Amino acid sequence: MKKVSLWLVILVITVSMVAVFSLNGCKKEAAPAEEEAAPAEEAAAGEQFITIHWAQWAPADYLEKLSKGFTAETGIKVTVEQTPWETFVQKYNTEMIAHSDAWDIIVGDSQDIGNMAVNGHYVDLTDWIIEHGVDKTFTPASLTYFAEYPKGAGKYYAVPCEGDGLAWAYRKDLFGDPDNMAAFESEYGYELGVPTSWDMLKDVAEFFHDPDNGFYGVAIYGDNGYDSLAMFAEQCIWSFGGELGDYSTYEVDGLLNSEGAIAGIEYYYDLFKFVPPGFGGAFYLETNDAFVSGIVPMSCNYLAFFPGLANEETNPYAADTGYFACPPQKGPDGVERQFAALGGQGASVVTYSKKQDLAFKWLEWFVKPETQLEWARLGGYTCNAEVLASDEFLSFTPYNPTFKKTMEIFKDWWACPEYDELLRTFSEDIANYVVAGNGTAEEALNKCVEDWEEIFGAAGYYD
Amino acid sequence: MFKRSKDNKIERNQISYHSMRDTSLIRLFILPTIILLVVINVFPLFWSLILSFSNYSAKMLTQWGENPEMIGGVNYSRILADPDMWNKFITTAKYVLLSVGGEMILGFGLALLIQLKFKGREFITTLLILPMTMSPVIVGLMWRLFYNPNWGMFNYLLGLGRIDWISDPSRNLYSIVIVDIWMWTPFVMLLSIAGLSAIPQYLYEAAEIDRASWWSKFRRITLPIVYPILLVALIFRTMEAFKIFDLPMGITGRGAMAPPLIAMHLYNISFVTWKTSYGSAIGYIILIVIIAITSIFIKYLNKAKQ
Repeated sequence: MKKVSLWLVILVITVSMVAVFSLNGCKKEAAPAEEEAAPAEEAAAGEQFITIHWAQWAPADYLEKLSKGFTAETGIKVTVEQTPWETFVQKYNTEMIAHSDAWDIIVGDSQDIGNMAVNGHYVDLTDWIIEHGVDKTFTPASLTYFAEYPKGAGKYYAVPCEGDGLAWAYRKDLFGDPDNMAAFESEYGYELGVPTSWDMLKDVAEFFHDPDNGFYGVAIYGDNGYDSLAMFAEQCIWSFGGELGDYSTYEVDGLLNSEGAIAGIEYYYDLFKFVPPGFGGAFYLETNDAFVSGIVPMSCNYLAFFPGLANEETNPYAADTGYFACPPQKGPDGVERQFAALGGQGASVVTYSKKQDLAFKWLEWFVKPETQLEWARLGGYTCNAEVLASDEFLSFTPYNPTFKKTMEIFKDWWACPEYDELLRTFSEDIANYVVAGNGTAEEALNKCVEDWEEIFGAAGYYD
Repeated sequence: MFKRSKDNKIERNQISYHSMRDTSLIRLFILPTIILLVVINVFPLFWSLILSFSNYSAKMLTQWGENPEMIGGVNYSRILADPDMWNKFITTAKYVLLSVGGEMILGFGLALLIQLKFKGREFITTLLILPMTMSPVIVGLMWRLFYNPNWGMFNYLLGLGRIDWISDPSRNLYSIVIVDIWMWTPFVMLLSIAGLSAIPQYLYEAAEIDRASWWSKFRRITLPIVYPILLVALIFRTMEAFKIFDLPMGITGRGAMAPPLIAMHLYNISFVTWKTSYGSAIGYIILIVIIAITSIFIKYLNKAKQ
């Protein structure tokens, strides 16, 4: 038949529309937008909810578990949506560019706070933080690095959620082995033990490094394409007396390529000689894998990845695993400094959320001291000063004392909106020397100074 | 209903007001697809072309005149003057040459073998096709585990020691080439089998009578007839290999030590450092290069058809 009745077409379209609207209706029933649903129905169904976006890792699971307490108190459900680390920052940036209301709270990277604040994606929490005394109950450093932008301006866009930093795990059985101790002492002239300086750490790595027998000196980060290499490199730079630049004037020449910074990057290069093969792109997974498979005596990682090392089901050496914070180091100027790279994230309310009132309710509950204590008990890294100082906190996990020490020495990357470009150029320039072995530390840092000045210049910071 | 005249034509005045012509119905059904294509494909294509002549970062607030700011062909001239970008194009060309070359030789070779009659031929063909049916991201991640120098199967099975196939820049391009060949050789093989099956048997019988050698039969019968279909495989594989992204992302990741392939660079520029306009310009240069290469192949394909 060459022609079809118009009625048939109308029928098809009508059926399709009914189907679409029915499906839409079902969707709404399953996940009602709270502003559209009648309050009485909502209360009866207990269907108020918020969605928190975070990276895919154990702390996100802890947060969801913790938030069950909030649901029990208020009836508001909390979903913690997790994205793998590899695409975490890209995903929430893309959603924010689209002004998406998919999430009510983002637990975003500390270095992204400037981008989110400047572009209006996060709600200004300054008044809220003062009103709820967060500025008094949380450690000042955590507020500065996780919440404040510009630094020192007293404007806050987040509540410190997960404090984290780079620290070390080591094999107590190997370090305490009498044969190893005697051999180390005869070779280096001092006792083998937990490194008390970066120099000693390198000696220990060199001592244990035995590639012919499949054993290596240390597991540290290479470049994963995001911030792994930069995070390890920056703590080397700071510990040897260098700086990434002046965070207020954006000057980098003479700081990023100073004598201390060059010494720090040279140190990274020297230490990288003792990593297992294939560590050029290593991040948390590779460092933990190397440690639990027993091919390294020590590894550096973010503390939030340490639960896997303390668990006997995932680490056969768990009982013999000890932890220590990044050690101090004397720089070329003879001054001793101790620094660790900051990890962790702050919780921010999304500007485009249609449930900001519920998000604020959650934040209000989250900052309570009792919630913070429970957060720490579950495995989260609280930034609440009182909880951090308590003996109870120190006993929750074998690495909590290391976390406490790390919280006293951490420092962060640039937090300006251009931080990702800085990360990319820095990682390329430094990896070219540290991982690929091309050129010198000075050349790599001078190239980086050139790249960064171009980025800051283009962004108008020197105008 | 309507009536038909003696010569079976519909009489216009008989058409009922409530019925539709086939063409109208076709248009009605195609309309949603067209709208979807325009919104999702055509508009972004033109929008990104406009952006490629501007200075724009999607990450920053849109303020016309500032972000985006029209800057003419600056992005294009910067890309073409950047020696690092040329290095990325050369690496990508090397990758295309090695992977597609390997696939063409192995795929066609396998097809010739599969054409021989032997027991279990269908089963082996099915096994050979399996890699092609898998998701490239999964394949990438799976091979990343195989390549692990400390406990991966690859070095162990080949007795190579602890060679770093993932983060050693002198080697990791070849590790992706190996996986690409492993995954896409079956595609060339399948097309070649289709071409080989179409060769009339009587040509070989005639050649047998003339006592032609194997090489002579291959050169004068098999290759000329299969040639057009091999060109089709070459076009598809070259296009795909030039913009390869998923395999390297899974195997080496996007770190500084990853092979400098152009599509990976495009991702880093557009979605890591959010230089949207610069990324758009790179995208258009890739598009032009692919169109140029494909046009050359299509020219040969048309000649072969004639």
